[in-house]
Amino acid sequence: MPRRMDIKKVLVIGSGPIVIGQACEFDYSGTQACKALREEGIEVVLVNSNPATIMTDPDVAERTYVEPLTVASVRGIIAQERPDAVLATVGGQTALNLAVELDAAGVFEHYGVRMIGVNSKAVEVCEDREQFLAAVGSVGLEMPRGSFATDLEQARAIRDEIGFPLVVRPSFTLGGSGGGIAWNDEELTAIAGRGIDLSPIGQVLIEESIIGWKEYELEVMRDGADNVVIICSIENFDAMGVHTGDSITVAPAQTLTDREYQLMRDAAIRIIRAVGVETGGSNVQFAIDPDSGRMLVIEMNPRVSRSSALASKATGFPIARIAAKLAIGYTLDEIPNDITKQTPASFEPSLDYVVVKVPRWAFEKFPATAPDLGTQMRSVGEAMAIGRTFPEALQKALRSLETGRFGLGGDGTQVVEPARLNERMATPNWQRLFYIKHALLSGESVERISRITRVDPWFLKQIEELVGVEGRLRAFDLESVPEELLRRAKRFGFSDRQLAVLLDSDEQAVRQRRWELGLRPVFKRVDTCAAEFEAHTPYLYSTYEDECEAEPTKRKKVMVLGSGPNRIGQGIEFDYCCCHASFALREEGVESIMVNCNPETVSTDFDTSDRLYFEPLNLEDVLEIAQREQPDGVIVQFGGQTPLKLAQALKQAGVPILGTSPESIDLAEDRERFGALLGELGIKAPEWGTARSLEQAREIARRIGFPLLVRPSYVLGGRAMFICWDEESLSVMTRKAVAASPEHPILLDRFLEDAFEIDVDALCDGREVVIGAVMQHIEEAGIHSGDSACVIPPYHQTVRKHEPELRRITRDLALALGVRGLMNIQFAIRDDTVYVLEVNPRASRTVPFVAKATGLPLASLATRVMLGRSLAELGVREKVVDNAVFIKEPVLPWARFPGEDPVLGPEMKSTGEVMGVGVDFGEAFLKAQWGAGEDLPTEGRAFLSVHDRDKPGLLAVARDLAGLGFALLATGGTAGFLREHGLEVETVFKVNEGRPHVVDRLLSGDVQLVINTPLGAPSFYDERAIRLSALQRRIPLITTLTGAASAVRAIRTRQSQDLSFRCLQELHGQP
Amino acid sequence: MEAILALEDGRVFRGRSLGMVGLTTGEVVFNTGMTGYQEIITDPSYRGQIVTLTVPHVGNTGINDDDPESSRPQASGLVVRDGSRYSSSWRSLVDLDHFLRTHHIVGIEELDTRALTRHLRSAGVLRGCLASNGCSVEQALAAARQAPALEDQDLVSQVTCSEVQRWTQGRGPLSGKGAAPRGQGRRIAVLDCGIKRNILRLLVDRGFDVTVFPAGTPADAILASEPEGLFLSNGPGDPAVCTALVETIGRLIGTVPVFGICLGHQLACRALGARTFKLKFGHRGTNHPVRDERSGRVAITSQNHGYAVDPDSLPAELEITHRSLYDGTVEGVAHREVPLMTVQFHPEAAPGPHDAWDLFEDFVDLVEQRRPLGDLSRRRTA
Repeated sequence: MPRRMDIKKVLVIGSGPIVIGQACEFDYSGTQACKALREEGIEVVLVNSNPATIMTDPDVAERTYVEPLTVASVRGIIAQERPDAVLATVGGQTALNLAVELDAAGVFEHYGVRMIGVNSKAVEVCEDREQFLAAVGSVGLEMPRGSFATDLEQARAIRDEIGFPLVVRPSFTLGGSGGGIAWNDEELTAIAGRGIDLSPIGQVLIEESIIGWKEYELEVMRDGADNVVIICSIENFDAMGVHTGDSITVAPAQTLTDREYQLMRDAAIRIIRAVGVETGGSNVQFAIDPDSGRMLVIEMNPRVSRSSALASKATGFPIARIAAKLAIGYTLDEIPNDITKQTPASFEPSLDYVVVKVPRWAFEKFPATAPDLGTQMRSVGEAMAIGRTFPEALQKALRSLETGRFGLGGDGTQVVEPARLNERMATPNWQRLFYIKHALLSGESVERISRITRVDPWFLKQIEELVGVEGRLRAFDLESVPEELLRRAKRFGFSDRQLAVLLDSDEQAVRQRRWELGLRPVFKRVDTCAAEFEAHTPYLYSTYEDECEAEPTKRKKVMVLGSGPNRIGQGIEFDYCCCHASFALREEGVESIMVNCNPETVSTDFDTSDRLYFEPLNLEDVLEIAQREQPDGVIVQFGGQTPLKLAQALKQAGVPILGTSPESIDLAEDRERFGALLGELGIKAPEWGTARSLEQAREIARRIGFPLLVRPSYVLGGRAMFICWDEESLSVMTRKAVAASPEHPILLDRFLEDAFEIDVDALCDGREVVIGAVMQHIEEAGIHSGDSACVIPPYHQTVRKHEPELRRITRDLALALGVRGLMNIQFAIRDDTVYVLEVNPRASRTVPFVAKATGLPLASLATRVMLGRSLAELGVREKVVDNAVFIKEPVLPWARFPGEDPVLGPEMKSTGEVMGVGVDFGEAFLKAQWGAGEDLPTEGRAFLSVHDRDKPGLLAVARDLAGLGFALLATGGTAGFLREHGLEVETVFKVNEGRPHVVDRLLSGDVQLVINTPLGAPSFYDERAIRLSALQRRIPLITTLTGAASAVRAIRTRQSQDLSFRCLQELHGQP
Repeated sequence: MEAILALEDGRVFRGRSLGMVGLTTGEVVFNTGMTGYQEIITDPSYRGQIVTLTVPHVGNTGINDDDPESSRPQASGLVVRDGSRYSSSWRSLVDLDHFLRTHHIVGIEELDTRALTRHLRSAGVLRGCLASNGCSVEQALAAARQAPALEDQDLVSQVTCSEVQRWTQGRGPLSGKGAAPRGQGRRIAVLDCGIKRNILRLLVDRGFDVTVFPAGTPADAILASEPEGLFLSNGPGDPAVCTALVETIGRLIGTVPVFGICLGHQLACRALGARTFKLKFGHRGTNHPVRDERSGRVAITSQNHGYAVDPDSLPAELEITHRSLYDGTVEGVAHREVPLMTVQFHPEAAPGPHDAWDLFEDFVDLVEQRRPLGDLSRRRTA
């Protein structure tokens, strides 16, 4: 069937901000879909609130709306654009839910828009257990027993019927958030109660536990002619009970016979038909009882998913791209396989390698949360590795994670507490794999470990073999180790770093010995077909075998080092920059070679670069690629800390680094030398000092005074960064900071209270500097810049007044540091004085935001500069933003970490961001809040509780709120203060003063807005309880005064104005 | 223990011994399926061949009682990247290595199977010698070059049954989508050229009364059993050497509804005057797309063939019903006048997808109606 000609204009809905459970895999799928549609001459209108994505680049769609993903805003966009159809299957559950809401609200019918790929009915069937159960039953398949409860009495009735353990899943929450496993009545009450609260429809599903069963996923595609193919099978290393997103997963499935696999395949096909997914990709999850083979259907997603992104990378089959083609009428046999060129997409990829995905968690940032894993997803990112065997891929994946591990143990790091061995194996947790390895090393049997962990013994046996190799290695040193054993170790994925530890040597010496022996990796291609046909796409991975298929070209080439797994502080923004580097290289006629190990990203799409190496970003792996490719240069400044950490060593190994020299990058990190440079240039910085011990830290505190900002050097995202107000907190925090980065000194800065904070992104070619944008933070200095909302253009007159000075300092520093490429500076303004807080001569987190707000493709321009072009030659002009206000708003994962105090500080906690675009500040801020999932109230009661020093500032906010018709509620002190100034305020008890106290009022739904600025760390019980209650009740919670003032402006907008929707192309004056 | 695989063109691959220690020769082929090694190793069509499996870990689920495709391993040798010594499956009885040793099959592991596959893809299938008995490279190369070519061997006679027997066993546990036993006990004669058991199981599950005849059975003897349908099985080797079988089949076509698979398809086409030719490296795997030219529907099929029917040689009365979407080769034909349908691929799967199980339903119709089915645009869905 050729494509439908009645579809000329398609609205593609993106997935919004990066949150736990929905990450940049949807940038990858959305971008692919947009490209696929445009190839067919279809006009693409895109809506996505996330400015850090490639898909919101103005050349990915004809019309790009960076707007909130709400019914109101998408209705407005549809009214304006009048698309023929909407594609909602590439934007995660967010897009799908939004499409269903729009449909239910009659928007599609009213404007004559069709849903393509999947219709509302099919989405409903997948989301509604009763309907899904009926669909599954209608094709003769089973699901776990269970039913719904809307109160605890019903929950207990289900318990009586099924018995413990019970799995509790709240209905309609993202990534299973709020769910859990109950083993007793107390847990059932707690989990079911919370789940009913969190569920938007107040309902939980309580099911028979199949914890410990084998878990599988199949990625299925169906076309309009009812042809169905399975793209990939995925087996979870962690048995049922751990969310798939938190499981180590393996492709292809390893422990199924053909009979079982084909039954699963048949089941997946029957389900996709029964549910009625018309075209596109779906994901079906299964559980198998390891003792009997009984197979149950767990769930189905009628859209592309995190797993389908993984499957695409694991197989080379671009699921989202093909899904978009199928949605407009093509059949699978009409679409070519891009890798083989000769064969069609109507086939099932065959893998001659093993893929392992390992999640990355951020529990260290959420200390109140137990690092255990369950049905609620907690990981913030993942790394994927490809090897010819499971042990090789597993070790590569572990070292790809950049968690300080260089494989499965044997790397000099010990996390295992032997006394807790059984407990840590029985309860899934983020370090369980290391406990399993330890148990094997101590001689525990595979059978026993399998019984405790429920991990399939086949995987354990593989790890046991690996442990055996480690044991043999330990008997030797580097001189005595036999070549055969060294080769075997490399084939089992041991890194040079592990070998150095096991052979009592150092990494460099191991590499030397290995190279002398000619023991080098070969590179094999991912080709979808297990070598049956020739691969025309160089998508490569390393392994230790006979034949190398890298076939490097003789072209001029540049290698781009990616940013590895997503983590808080280093996410999609850096992938955005790396992709732009690649695109710019291609446009400049230079071959682009991407190295990365994050399966979610656009950068690891085999289409993004000329050549893709899906490899860990460790020195060893990068060096081997560089040796094979002999690139003319390597770009290290776009991938965050990951490539920067390698820059010096790569340079020493003779690999040419493009752009700003590693020495300059280091200079900016080196406080002594950088301080001297600032002095020379006459630029002020807060007083500072570096310390390697607590004694030195105390000494500095005596000199500078409190408050102090304490942090390790060479970390991103404010890891272990604290504000210390006194001696006591200084000693605690210094210890933590030393632990976070023991090789480097810790930094202590005078903390500037109540200062304006400003970010500047700039480009420099060594002669000229172009300022990308000056951004004013809404929150004061002291809140991590990644967690601050920031505004283009600056909105406060003080900041505006100093803008010329900010620009001058930026120019001076860029030239003085010899920047070739991007640079970011953080400033503070206090008492009319400009201070430089930090300079980073590399891509910053704000680069994509600046690009979307100004239309200046900073990363692309920086790449061209690094290739030697001048800014003058490129004709780059600074942009004046005067027709709109752009606000970047962080999105925080508090809902995933229920016990954490939701307060901002110097350590970054946000997972993603949205952008609000408005004609004025109020509109931009309102949209930013909507985009971030906060719906500011237009009426009701506001509760105010602030730090004493914030009281003067609170007055204006309180007056405005009263003027907007809000009733005011406050505790004694604040209430008294406001009353003194003539405001009408109701007084409410603090938690320890009597009842009903403030928390009672919050929980009874009596309050619509909470403004609570913390009284300094550590915050006391009362306000923590207030914040947690607000979070639980989903009452907008504002923890800074500047945030409160902004909210007031947004509420005013919401009360008075119709919203405007302008696409980026229009904002930046493109046709 | 070290093992080598020497190919007739001089290329030598090294690895370690798996299964029996010894020496074996055969035509070296590769299969890209990711599941079903037990079925592959026991498939009589692999007679005379050393099979390379491209999936790296082989043996993970051991060997069980339900899945063999014949009474014993048939391949001459097995080449894998990693042979698992550990079986994880509640159905497993023995591990792969043990099974190979018990049945005297020489194997090799830790070999760069991808390099070998790429070599076979460009050089075409080659004779090879797999040795784990310590023989020298020269000896192995000589053995590879002296090994008889597939074309020169009568392999069918090595794998066909020795006497007429009835087959009554169905798929049993883990059957998958059920089939209505519409065959109503109709008698089906199976001409066994090395039949895979799953074909027999599926015929039984469809309600047929199945009798299996040795490949050498004369046409008259088969007709004497008054079959209501004839099934021509898969089997090993070059169809061009099976002249007696072709003659037998030629006599049966038109007298009774015929369904043929793989070698059976090739032999039927030859019996009707078509030619067959050897493919460069064959089709072996479980992901091969085949389009039904009448309905336009695509099935993902299991395939295992080194020869194909030359479309230019097809007589006018044969219609091409199926084509490979990989290389356009003929994957199925139907006779326009008499009840005959044959396919090159393996609708019975085992291993592989069940997409084409419907062909067994078509066979029921063919037997019932005793005339060509004509346009099969109607398709049953699962």
